Amino acid sequence: MKAYLSDRMGAALLMAPLLLFLGAAYAWPFFGVVNWSFTLPEPGLGQYGTLLSDPLVQSVFVRTLRIAAIVTIVSVAAAYAITVVWVRGTPAQRVIAEFCILVPFWISVLTRAFGWVALLSNRGLFNTWLQAIGFISEPLTLVRNEFGVIVGMTHFLIPFAVFPLASSMRSLDDRVLLAARGLGSSRMRTFWSVFVPMTRSGIIGSALIVFVFSLGFFVTPAILGGGRSVMVAELIYLRIFQSPDWGLGAAISVVLVLFVGALMALVFRYVRPKQLI
Amino acid sequence: MPTYRPGPVSLVLAALVALFLLLPLLAVIPVSLTPTRMLAMPSGELSLRHYRALTEDPRWINSILLSIRIGVVSSAFSTVLALCFSLGVWMFQPRFTAALVGFVLLPMVVPPVVSAITLYFLLTSISGVSSFFGYDTWLGVAMAHAVMTVPFATVLILVSLSQLDRRIDLAARGLGATVWERATRIIMPNIKFGIVTAALLSFVLSWEEIGVTLFITSVNAITLPRLMWMGLRDNIDPAIAALSVILIIITVLVLAARSVVVRLRRPN
Repeated sequence: MKAYLSDRMGAALLMAPLLLFLGAAYAWPFFGVVNWSFTLPEPGLGQYGTLLSDPLVQSVFVRTLRIAAIVTIVSVAAAYAITVVWVRGTPAQRVIAEFCILVPFWISVLTRAFGWVALLSNRGLFNTWLQAIGFISEPLTLVRNEFGVIVGMTHFLIPFAVFPLASSMRSLDDRVLLAARGLGSSRMRTFWSVFVPMTRSGIIGSALIVFVFSLGFFVTPAILGGGRSVMVAELIYLRIFQSPDWGLGAAISVVLVLFVGALMALVFRYVRPKQLI
Repeated sequence: MPTYRPGPVSLVLAALVALFLLLPLLAVIPVSLTPTRMLAMPSGELSLRHYRALTEDPRWINSILLSIRIGVVSSAFSTVLALCFSLGVWMFQPRFTAALVGFVLLPMVVPPVVSAITLYFLLTSISGVSSFFGYDTWLGVAMAHAVMTVPFATVLILVSLSQLDRRIDLAARGLGATVWERATRIIMPNIKFGIVTAALLSFVLSWEEIGVTLFITSVNAITLPRLMWMGLRDNIDPAIAALSVILIIITVLVLAARSVVVRLRRPN
């Protein structure tokens, strides 16, 4: 009994510092933000009413959902292509694929967004080259619009989409593929009718991770969208710092958390958390 | 031995994706060598002036030093807290473990912009009480970064603990070791690789953190990413390209070193 008690004391003592820290520095201020959404500028549900009726806020939400959906489809498809080689390629192919996945993954989001600016801006690589070979006379507008945002976000999110796909492809039994081939199915048919369906949990997991990430994305849209293609996260920033309307910024944050929470619950109904790592 | 290798179509598609992933990283190299003051492709001569600017301009140097200081403090803090918490979870397996770990992981799964507004609320509230710890102070930034990095440190340490054989701890316990001795002399030496990785990852995440930092700093605590952000938003400073090239080279070297270490640690 004494040992049992001291065990519980030990656990409490070891776990308490982090729990208290996050309770004070994360949970408490989050409720403060929730409180803002109901009290600023005056108590009530006014900010949530604005959320439902303001055409600007609605257009930002619609744009965010549209960009997130496009980015999700493109990222997962691209990640699938490179993950197949990373997991099932020859040793040399695997090393190259791993390098191409991990190096961008570890490089900061600012550097990567800047790389796209260097490539796509009016005086960037693409426009300089295209003009040099006489393909175009005026530079194409490739950044500071939705196209730039989608390219930059897809680039950022492909490595995140790779990991759930890789874990589902690694756990796939080779003999099933051999059986399909042995029964006379072509390479294409084996891929589409056996390989892809058997990695379905990886596809769902990676699509939902990418979608959830892109909903709250801030840095890349702010740099590559150039203030013209505002997404939800940037709208929150603008409401807090440029047109001080903390209540609306807080209300948008609360809605975003609820939406993401619902999506995460959906993830865990279809895929066990362990499969995502 | 996988018997089912990717065919030519897969290889071509994967090569296109690989090119897409590397392209923006390669694009910053020529831009960093441009002799002009604006973002442009170099035409003709190359120049190292933007690299020189990094070492001569006090703004860049101060930001680099500040980012290192914040990174070291926040990484030490979050690693120690994550280590204690993970040891508690592993040694005592308390009830509600899943819920407690889930709570600790929240800053990792909540959209970063929501964490940012939350930490903005926290630091502006503290600012009312203390002027050297709160909004736009380096200690405030370090604390906010610790909140954001502690879930990652916890995950890494919990993963390395999960690979540890419980029987060595049981043996130590049976031989009469106290909780402190078990933790410091039995468990920690066996997970030191995980602890070091957690500290490194926390430092790197703090070093490049921008989403939260933007909300909680204005003029005093200008970290390196914050300074890059300012240079990217207004008119684009090619010194950012030079800095990006250096950061990319460091990343590649560290990843290469890591893969060598991993290969050496593997027995076969």
